[in-house]
Amino acid sequence: MTNPWWIIGGVLFVLLNAAAGLIWLERRMLALWQDRYGPNRAGPFGILIVLADTLKLFFKEDWIPPFADKVVFVFAPAVVAASVLMSFVIVPFAPGIVVSDMNIGILFFLAMSSLGVYSIVLGGWASNNKYALLGAMRGASQMISYEVFMGLALMGVVVMSGSFNLSVIVEAQKNVWFIFPQLIGFVIFLIAGIAETHRLPFDIPEAESELVAGFHSEYSGMKFGMFFIGEYLGITLISAMVVVLYFGGWLGPSFLPPVIWFVIKTFAFIMLFILLRASMPRPRYDQLMEYGWKVLFPLSLLNLMVTAAIKLWLSTH
Amino acid sequence: MFSLLRSMWLIFLHMFHKRDTYQYPEQKAPLPARWRGRIALTRDPDGEERCVGCYLCAAACPVDCISLQATEDEHGRRYPEFFRINFSRCIFCGFCEEACPTYAIQLLPDFEMAEYNRQNLVYEKHDLLINSQGKYPGYNYYKIAGLAIHNKDKGDAQHEEPPVDIKSLLP
Repeated sequence: MTNPWWIIGGVLFVLLNAAAGLIWLERRMLALWQDRYGPNRAGPFGILIVLADTLKLFFKEDWIPPFADKVVFVFAPAVVAASVLMSFVIVPFAPGIVVSDMNIGILFFLAMSSLGVYSIVLGGWASNNKYALLGAMRGASQMISYEVFMGLALMGVVVMSGSFNLSVIVEAQKNVWFIFPQLIGFVIFLIAGIAETHRLPFDIPEAESELVAGFHSEYSGMKFGMFFIGEYLGITLISAMVVVLYFGGWLGPSFLPPVIWFVIKTFAFIMLFILLRASMPRPRYDQLMEYGWKVLFPLSLLNLMVTAAIKLWLSTH
Repeated sequence: MFSLLRSMWLIFLHMFHKRDTYQYPEQKAPLPARWRGRIALTRDPDGEERCVGCYLCAAACPVDCISLQATEDEHGRRYPEFFRINFSRCIFCGFCEEACPTYAIQLLPDFEMAEYNRQNLVYEKHDLLINSQGKYPGYNYYKIAGLAIHNKDKGDAQHEEPPVDIKSLLP
């Protein structure tokens, strides 16, 4: 058994660097899909733009508006990055490479990712700014619409594998990935995951074309940087969770080590997130709520019940 | 749902399209001949400066970035004593070029005028004068308008016709 501190340090190092690298990747990919080049000057393929961006963020004035609620204003950006990083505790990257292999993995993930919305609501509220408050309100309404069917969609996987433990769930996909029996659950979870990360097309709390910058309108410097990093960590988290729950996690042909398979699959979903941002229009937030409660919620319930019924039928015959 | 997937696929295909970007410092965008860029004072075919110091450009300028002082040489020929354009104010509208009766002031297809020091954007006459006739080669204002010389008014000299009376309605 390796020293757990190595795993914790390694996961933190890889994740934070990946989140920074995603800034470059997203700008390059969006540019490619818009017939541009994107940042291509600093360093090979422009990858040092990440360094320049980070330095710029560090040297920006770290300004707290005089009308803001100062304690909450400072506290809110930390919540988003911390809650997403905490969610990574339960993600199994490869056999044995997991920070904490707890038997309530999925519940812990749901709890931690739900905490992330506090940063939006608190940040928007503490900013004392009408656009920030509108963004926070939208964030809250979006959260109550996607959290329910997100949890229910996951329950299909739990029923099939009989465990909340993510390592057990991955092992249960030895024969067939859960994408095939749980296709509806996968689609619903992916939609909920996009809403969870507040990415286009569900970047309703941010909505820079409507609300300046939504809940983080008043933030600057590294406080904004925390929201920024939190968003990219969230993309990585949802991609990793999709891979673990529906695409067999580290499983794959043995010519590559398991962790490489995990990274490849996660990367594919990160690219899907960026492609979504490049191609999707943003719905109104009442449309998202209506769609969530009237379509996806019954669908996920139905998915759960059918899965449970088939499982019961198979176990009795 | 299908249209969303279709648009995602179409946008994915854009990855393989031709880029629209000019990689600027190495690869320059083609500027049209009438591009309104840096302002220059042109010369007539004899190499003399065309400007007669009429102040029409300064009057036409909407941002008041042109300042000049007219003076006369020993033959009574008007020319600007100084001619100063503040390019940090200039909006490159081209009104000065339209107002100029002698085609002296012209806007050239050149926009690379960036400076670290703002004061360097104030161009004096020797910065503005170019050794070229600009867009109107062969045009010489005084060859067309005539010029009064010592003892002889316009049109009085040999092989000259009196100038048209532009104030009269008679043909």
